[in-house]
Formats: sequence, structure tokens, C-alpha cells
Amino acid sequence: MKSIHWSTAFLYTVLIVYAVITFLPFAWALSASFKPLSEIAEGGIHFIPQHFTLANYRQIFTQEPLFGRWFLNSAIAAIFITLFNLLFNSMAGYALARIRFPGNQFWFFLILAALMVPGQITLLPKFLILKSFGWLNTYQGLIVPGAINATFIFMMRQFFINFPRELEEAAALDGLGRFETFFQIVLPLAKPALAAQTIFVFMGAWNEFLMPLVVMSDPEMFTLPLGLNAFKGEYISYWNYIMAASMIFTLPALAIYAFFNRYFIQGITFTGGKSG
Amino acid sequence: MKSKLEKIWRTQAGREAVKGYSFMAPTILIAGIFLFLPIIYAVTLAFYKVELLGEVSYQFVGFKNFVRMVNDDRVWKALKNTAEYVAIVVPIQTLLALCLALVLNAQIRGRSWFRVAFFLPTVTSSAVLTLIFMWIYNSNGLLNRILSFLGLPTYNWLGDPAVALKGIMIMNIWATAPLFMVIYLAALQDIPASLYEAATLDGANRWEKFFYITLPFLQPVTFFVVVMGVIGTFQLFDQSYIFSAGSGGPNDSTLTIVLLIYQYAFKNLDMGYALALTLMLAAILMISTLIQRKLFREERFD
Repeated sequence: MKSIHWSTAFLYTVLIVYAVITFLPFAWALSASFKPLSEIAEGGIHFIPQHFTLANYRQIFTQEPLFGRWFLNSAIAAIFITLFNLLFNSMAGYALARIRFPGNQFWFFLILAALMVPGQITLLPKFLILKSFGWLNTYQGLIVPGAINATFIFMMRQFFINFPRELEEAAALDGLGRFETFFQIVLPLAKPALAAQTIFVFMGAWNEFLMPLVVMSDPEMFTLPLGLNAFKGEYISYWNYIMAASMIFTLPALAIYAFFNRYFIQGITFTGGKSG
Repeated sequence: MKSKLEKIWRTQAGREAVKGYSFMAPTILIAGIFLFLPIIYAVTLAFYKVELLGEVSYQFVGFKNFVRMVNDDRVWKALKNTAEYVAIVVPIQTLLALCLALVLNAQIRGRSWFRVAFFLPTVTSSAVLTLIFMWIYNSNGLLNRILSFLGLPTYNWLGDPAVALKGIMIMNIWATAPLFMVIYLAALQDIPASLYEAATLDGANRWEKFFYITLPFLQPVTFFVVVMGVIGTFQLFDQSYIFSAGSGGPNDSTLTIVLLIYQYAFKNLDMGYALALTLMLAAILMISTLIQRKLFREERFD
């Protein structure tokens, strides 16, 4: 009996220590975002600001005119990328799972092969292609190449393969065509899979650094990660501003995570479990 | 009669083909232009000298780009840094993920709460994480204050070539382990409870159960986690780029393969050479996956 108590206490200690390790950097950053520079410079470990101020946040929005623009650029890119992915990946996944068209197996094989190709390999050619389209420094240059995702096409295919056929057969008897069946019957019932996709794709697009870095060179077209990096270069040791900017950037992703986290875990275990 | 049936079958199949391809059209179009074409491009252009300034022009140079790599000190430096990074980060993050998953898999109250909390770094952008850690690493930052409080030596984490890459390693282990923890946790929950019950009846103790049931069951998922870890760490870029303001410094100590590719492509405008380096990275990733497959002698539980 005693040994069980000991081991449980040990497990909780491990978990709590790790939770502290996880939270500490965030807490320290959040705290810095509410401190004046003088307090940051003088040192000392105070997680609760001694001279609490909102001036850092005010400074960002009033003195950094592009900050709002970067936020908007990130939002536009992330929202459109998410919408296109939801639509296109589901359509492709459905076709691969349900429609017996010539080349079905071939395309499925290509999608699987694409899963193995790391994004960095195609980065430079993508840049050349976007350049020849005249799409550098445009929203479409960021959105269109990111509008599909092999991982989620695969995930949607697996989802639709296990989808009950009876519903579609009933819809067909009612005279609905493939498209109506897909949009009116199948998609609304695919909500859990779509939710998992939403959160992954949105987070990925919102946090992406390398692709915007390559596509966007005009500061007006920066997304927030690029903006933050530029901001860092400009305000080198003004950690109070840099941390405030970081916190603003983190909030939307955190809100989505808090809202959808159940689907997030499901999605990871799905993609992870299937591949393993 | 027969031809009529055949005709119906044909139109039916024809209709399915049209529908199939209209569902697939966006994917085929986008993947064609931004995935398959780039792969062909990458393989071909690595044998060219690409002039990017003004009108883009190409000149065939054969294996010159590949030969050049051998004598390029920065390539060796980037390879060494990246290899060191992979060799340290992957085992530690895999082990940490496994330990956390085992702890969470015990009968613990508030399990989902811990899981949500641990996951925070995974959903935060690499740019934000890097900035937060640079803030913690700066010479009179939190880490050094804690270290000196504990009587341990302090370091110039951002400026000292001997420790800069270690700083990025710590950050990435911290940020990535929870993702793999979730994958391990799911695998642990898939192990049939009956196996443990049978082992208990046979008089197996806790360690025997761990070594003879849990570990063998986790082998496929460990393969997955290690492969994903290796692929992810080999492609380290964001953190190095932000950390060193794009230079790979101090003294090339945070220079990684992808950062070097980026520099050659966009700072030196040497696209052909950068693509040759890209192919080398792809080859390394493929070979390392094959080696790991051999090592794990992967048994699939399909």
C-alpha cells in the first residue's frame, strides 16, 4: 500500500515539474510584456511586474504602423489556406475513397509518395515558379501552393472509406447526384475530421516561417512571423516590445487551440497512429 | 443487346471518370504545379547554373555543383552542425516523450489537463518560441540568473559559438517532445489490457511487463517517432535563422543545411548550387530512413 502511495506521489511530481518547465518561458515572456524597459534592464527574477504597464502594447500599435498590416496578412493567408484545404482535401479524399475512376490507384500512390517529400526539397523550385507567374509578394503566391495537403488528403480518404455507404445509396435513390450527395450529405457528417484538419492547417499556416520568407520580400506583405523577426532586428534589446508583439501573435493560435484541442489530440493520434 | 449493355456500362464508367476527375481537379492542378513540377525542376536544375538577376537564364554545368560541395567548407560545417543536432535532439526528445507518455498513462487524475498543458509549445509558432528563448538566453536573462542562483556556471548563450547550437537544441527538445508524447500515449492505450492481466497471472513483475509487453508493442510507433524526428531535425531552419539573424552565426555555429541552402539561393543568388545541396539533403533523408527501417526491422501491425 505504502509503495503505491510513493509511486503516485513520484508520478505527480514528475508531471508538475514538467508542467512548470513548460509554462515558465511563457510566463516569463508574458510578464516581460507588461514591464517597462527599466525594470527589464535592472535584472532580478520577478514574475509579477513591479511597475505594471500596458505601454508596450500601445507602443506596438501606435509606433509600428505595419503591425496591423502583418496581422491582417497572416489572417488572410491562414483563413484562405484553411478554407481551400478543407474543400480540396475532402474532395480528393472522397474521390479516392469512393469513386472508381481510371487512375484512382495511380493518384493515390502519388499522394502517398508526396507524403514522403519534405517541404524544403520543393522550396526553391516553387520560388522560381511563383516568380515566373509574377506571384511573389502576392497573397495568391502564399495561398495557392498551400491550398492542398497530402497528409490530409490521405486522412480524408481513410475517413471516407469507413463512412457508411448506406447514406450515399439512400441519397442516390432520392435522385441526388455525386456532387449534391457530397456537399449536402457527406461533408456535414465529416465534421470531426474537418475540425482536426482546420486546427492543423490553420496553425501551420499561421505559424509558417520559411515559405512567407521566400515569397514575401516587401515589408507590407510580411506575415506576422516575418514581421516579428524584422521587429526583433529593429528593436534589438527592447525585449519588452518584442515580448508584447510575440504575445499578440500567440493569442489567436491559443484561442483556436483552446477551442478545438479535443480534435487536435484526435487528429495527431490519427495521423500518427496510422503511419506507425 | 450486348452492345447496348456495353454502351450503358461505358457511359456509367465514363460518368464516374468525369466525376472522379472533377473531384480531383484542384488537387491534380495544384500538386502538379507546386509539388511534382518542383521535384522535376529540382532534379534537373541542380545540373545547371541559374542566373536569377534580370532575365532568368540557365546554363548546363554537369556535375560541377556537386563537385563544388566537396571543397566547400561551409557545407561541411553545416553538415557537422546538423548531424550533431540530430544525434543529440532525436534520442533525447524520443526518450523524454516516451517517459512523459508512460507517466501520463498511469492511473493519474487530471491527465487530460496535463496533456493540454504540455502541448502548449507545440501550438506556438517557432518564431515566437525562438524570440522567447533568446530573451531567456540573453546574457543577463532568466536562464543565467537561475544558473548563477544555483551556483552553476553561466554562458553567453547567444554569442558563444560553443553553446549557441546547444541553446537551440534545448529549445527544440522542449518544444517537440510533447507532440511525440501524444503519439506514444495513443499507442500505449492501444495495448490490450488482457496481455497485462495474463502476465500478472503468470507472476510477471512490473519491469518484466514493461520489457516484454510494452516495449515490443511500442516498436512500430517508435520507428515512426524516430523517423519523423530525424526528418524534422535535419530540416532545422526557422530557429537558426531567427537566432542568428540569418547568418548562421556566431562563427557559423548555428549554420544548418537548410539555412545554408537558403543563403546560397537568396543571398548569393546561386540557385543551381542551392538545388544541388537540396538534392544532397533529400538523399541524406532517404538513406537515413532506410537505415532506420533496417535497424528497427519494422514489423507492421496492419
